[in-house]
Amino acid sequence: MSTGAFLESDRPRSGLPTPDPRFAVVVFPGSNCDRDCLHVLRGVLGYRAEFVWHEEEDLEGFDAVVLPGGFSYGDYLRPGAVAATSPVVRAVRRFAEAGGLVVGICNGFQVLLEAGLLPGALVRNRGATFRCEWVHLRVERADTPFTALYAPGEVVRMPIAHGDGRYHAPPGMLEEVEQRGQVVFRYVGRDGRTTPDANPNGSLHHIAGLVNREGNVLGLMPHPERCSEPVLGGQDGRRLFESMDRWLRERARLAAGRTR
Amino acid sequence: MTAVTQIPEWEAAGLRREEYERVCALLGRRPNPTELRMFGVMWSEHCAYKHSRPYLKRLPAAGPGVLRGPGENAGVVEVAPGLAAALKVESHNHPSAVDPFHGAATGVGGILRDVLSMGARPVALLDSLRFGPPEDPQSRRLRDGVVAGISHYGNSVGVPVVGGEVLYEDCYRANPLVNVACVGLLPASRVSGSAAVGPGNPVVYAGARTGRDGIGGAAFASEQLEETSAESDRSAVQIGDPFAGKLLIEATLEALETGAVVALQDMGAAGITCAAAEMSARGGVGMVLHLDRVPRRERGMTPVEVLLSESQERMLLVVERGREGEVLRAYRRWGLHAEVVGQVTADPVLRVYDGSTLVVELPPVALTDAPTYRVPEEEPQARRALREVDLSGLPEPDPAQALLRLLQSPSVVSKRPIYTQYDHMVQLRTVLPPGGDAAVLRLLEAPPRGIALSVDGSGRISYLDPWAGGAAAVCEATLNVACVGAKPVAITDGLNLGNPERPEVAWELAGVVDGIAEACRVLQVPVVGGNVSLYNESERGAVYPTPVVVCLGVMEDVTRTVGTGFAAAGDVVALVGSDRVSLGGSEYLRVVHGKVAGTPVRPDLVLHRRLLDVLARAAEGGMLRSSHDISEGGLAVALAEACVAGGIGARCTLSPEFFGTRADLALFGEGPSRVLVSVPPERYEAFAELCARAGVPLRLLGYVGGDQLQLRLPDGEVIVPVAELRSAWEAYR
Amino acid sequence: MNKRVRVVVFLKPGVLDAQGQAVQTGLRALGLEASEVRVGKAFELTVPEDRWRERVRELCERFLTNPLIEDYEIYEREEVAAR
Repeated sequence: MSTGAFLESDRPRSGLPTPDPRFAVVVFPGSNCDRDCLHVLRGVLGYRAEFVWHEEEDLEGFDAVVLPGGFSYGDYLRPGAVAATSPVVRAVRRFAEAGGLVVGICNGFQVLLEAGLLPGALVRNRGATFRCEWVHLRVERADTPFTALYAPGEVVRMPIAHGDGRYHAPPGMLEEVEQRGQVVFRYVGRDGRTTPDANPNGSLHHIAGLVNREGNVLGLMPHPERCSEPVLGGQDGRRLFESMDRWLRERARLAAGRTR
Repeated sequence: MTAVTQIPEWEAAGLRREEYERVCALLGRRPNPTELRMFGVMWSEHCAYKHSRPYLKRLPAAGPGVLRGPGENAGVVEVAPGLAAALKVESHNHPSAVDPFHGAATGVGGILRDVLSMGARPVALLDSLRFGPPEDPQSRRLRDGVVAGISHYGNSVGVPVVGGEVLYEDCYRANPLVNVACVGLLPASRVSGSAAVGPGNPVVYAGARTGRDGIGGAAFASEQLEETSAESDRSAVQIGDPFAGKLLIEATLEALETGAVVALQDMGAAGITCAAAEMSARGGVGMVLHLDRVPRRERGMTPVEVLLSESQERMLLVVERGREGEVLRAYRRWGLHAEVVGQVTADPVLRVYDGSTLVVELPPVALTDAPTYRVPEEEPQARRALREVDLSGLPEPDPAQALLRLLQSPSVVSKRPIYTQYDHMVQLRTVLPPGGDAAVLRLLEAPPRGIALSVDGSGRISYLDPWAGGAAAVCEATLNVACVGAKPVAITDGLNLGNPERPEVAWELAGVVDGIAEACRVLQVPVVGGNVSLYNESERGAVYPTPVVVCLGVMEDVTRTVGTGFAAAGDVVALVGSDRVSLGGSEYLRVVHGKVAGTPVRPDLVLHRRLLDVLARAAEGGMLRSSHDISEGGLAVALAEACVAGGIGARCTLSPEFFGTRADLALFGEGPSRVLVSVPPERYEAFAELCARAGVPLRLLGYVGGDQLQLRLPDGEVIVPVAELRSAWEAYR
Repeated sequence: MNKRVRVVVFLKPGVLDAQGQAVQTGLRALGLEASEVRVGKAFELTVPEDRWRERVRELCERFLTNPLIEDYEIYEREEVAAR
């Protein structure tokens, strides 16, 4: 699994180094947390970030894509199922194959799973009700572009808000996901241990978030954009975006170094 | 509806004989069947407020910062320089009784559109719910269905439910109350209106297609529910689509951005008829409408069906001539239907065409000119007798046991299992989430300011003394807002009562409105709009007259928000505000003694205003560690809640002179204008001086600390571990 | 020529059916006895008649269902009407 090596196709398009990474926040009909994500990326962190409409087919020039939370297409058919067929998701697939960073939050995670960019599926919460509350997560991997600024095994607090957040994968797939170390976040108690009570939705293996094999696509149910400012009750989510930014700058720096 | 063989057509349309004659006089002729049905719906109680309009005039609507008062789709008040908030409360009681999920969901949809009609982006919802006791499976089913419906709609559209209340009383069994409030934000210079102007301006229909939903729904809301209603009334309940609701919000805000929209209104009760009539009447103009251009979901709809359909998620707009393309594009980009369906005319007549056939031709002001009715008000003897019941002989229970019973009482118990079904964090504004006295939202547009919101109703108190109940609801809502550190600036009120044609309900309505009016006048908080729901009654009887008050407050600095929980050992615990309490109408009297009787305390409004002021200053000066409004269950319950919220105990002494003669009165008696605070010891003197200068009583009770709630009484002690208080308070059913 | 079909979809046996459980609990609360309640969904659609079963299977596999977690059954619409 690549943790920092760059693919040849990561050459900056224009041939010039681009020091400020550009974030795309995708907007589907029914997305709700798009404005929230933009607020954090642009308003709080000062990054270059903009909205990208679901009909867009070209993600040229972007370094990272955020699929935000919400109820794209009203959760019709299955959450994320219809959005997964949109032009922008086809573009996201190509973008990911070329090594770009993609993070899907909540409904965004559902879209990535439906699009086959991540393994597994999300189904109705164990108690069959929507749950909006803070949970504890254990950071299983601190060597991904999304978690470099966390410590391995660190316990963090983030809010969830979903009705269909129970992660499911058939036994063979689940084993593979674990063996390949694709799990990035797990639901735990305050003491860092997994227990049924600490699992808000019944996710298998308490999985709250995972990456693809290549490590450049992350999906998670908790909302890091809701915990990026102290006034809202916690800041543990901020470092996820900061990790991405740092990784992208490092990549650009290395690429610029090679082109000299 | 029963067989119509012998019923006159005007009665079938929902009109009284005198109303029909009034219609004929206004038109100078008989209305045709389509027009008759339109009057039937527009002149229903639900749409026309025939029994309540005369009373609502008594509510003070003016105040500094009020940009739009009652009469518009929502009230608008300035909350920061250049920034305004739109707010409104609506009820959806009758539909929720028949279909709790969809009834509540469409209630949310409707109130969102009212706020959207003012040009505001909805940023918060609050719900005030009342049901029969949860031991009754039917009541529990209604509650769970309503909560699921609100959750479904609110979560899908991405508007957080940040606060609310849920209470249970027998009288609501067959008539649950579902009141939902919405707050939106907009630039103060861009408040939209609904008055149609500009002859020749196109009228645009936008949103979902029109089907046969809720035909006659507004008339349905004006009838009492009978026990057999469930099946036949189901066709009168609309089904909403929150996805379409979300698209409508985004598309409408985008359309407004173009600057081409002259006026807009959502299509709610009475559908396109109401929107077209009200918009025309307000603008003093007329309209031509072409029904064949209205996007339809079903085949073979008659003109009257299109006119009265209550299909959800639709708006009617008047657009600047020549610029309709911009507006249509905005809606279509979001996948919604948008069509030019007519135009404004200088001639103040509403002309509706179906193809080339003229099907309706009448002055729109006639549709909005329903009569008002004054029913003689009469206080029922039984009510007065109930107030005068002598409670002095009541046995006194063990106070610790009574406290635990109260904490577990469904109306007091923690509502966490409910509010965690609502996304209360979306939009990143929620600084103080549900569970406290009021919600606090930050104003991203005007940092570090914020707004506080609270919804409070008063049923039992209003039943015993309507004036006291109306005033108390206002007092509690403003106090909750002040407790978190904000200054109340506006109110929207929802009134829920029984059949207004009965003199006793007329008496209740008058009392409740007068109580609200007087309180708002003295507290200088205007009522910028509201809602009235009548006929909440069945064979089992009427609901308690239940005013529901939503208070909006402003905060200079959201980082100075004050919570309800005790926090630090050594902090001083004190009671600030009124000493006057009563067992009359109290939660304790009902839960422990099974009685609803006695005389509730009438608010001292001047003292209340001083209390609000003290709290505002104290919060500004950072003097308070915690602040908790004392309401259901009185002082003891408030102490217990503050301990549980803070995870720490307290040691308090109730002195003989404060205590009086009855333990239960001191511990569980209820009255307005009372707040439990905890103050860092080094700030207490300054706080005491602040209270003294303001003439607000302050009573030192004790200190925060330990892991128990210890109350020393003149003749004994109440000691309950905080852990036990918590498990009682978390016993949600 | 066209074919009208109904597709009935349920979660695979190994997947927790939280809605099914909630419905069962609700039924019991109303005093109605039922066990092993599962909640699924049904689609009705019209497809060209030639190779219709193949076509419908493709629709199911690619979009109407999530093959990872759902099983489906295809019914001819006349078949259903006859019941």
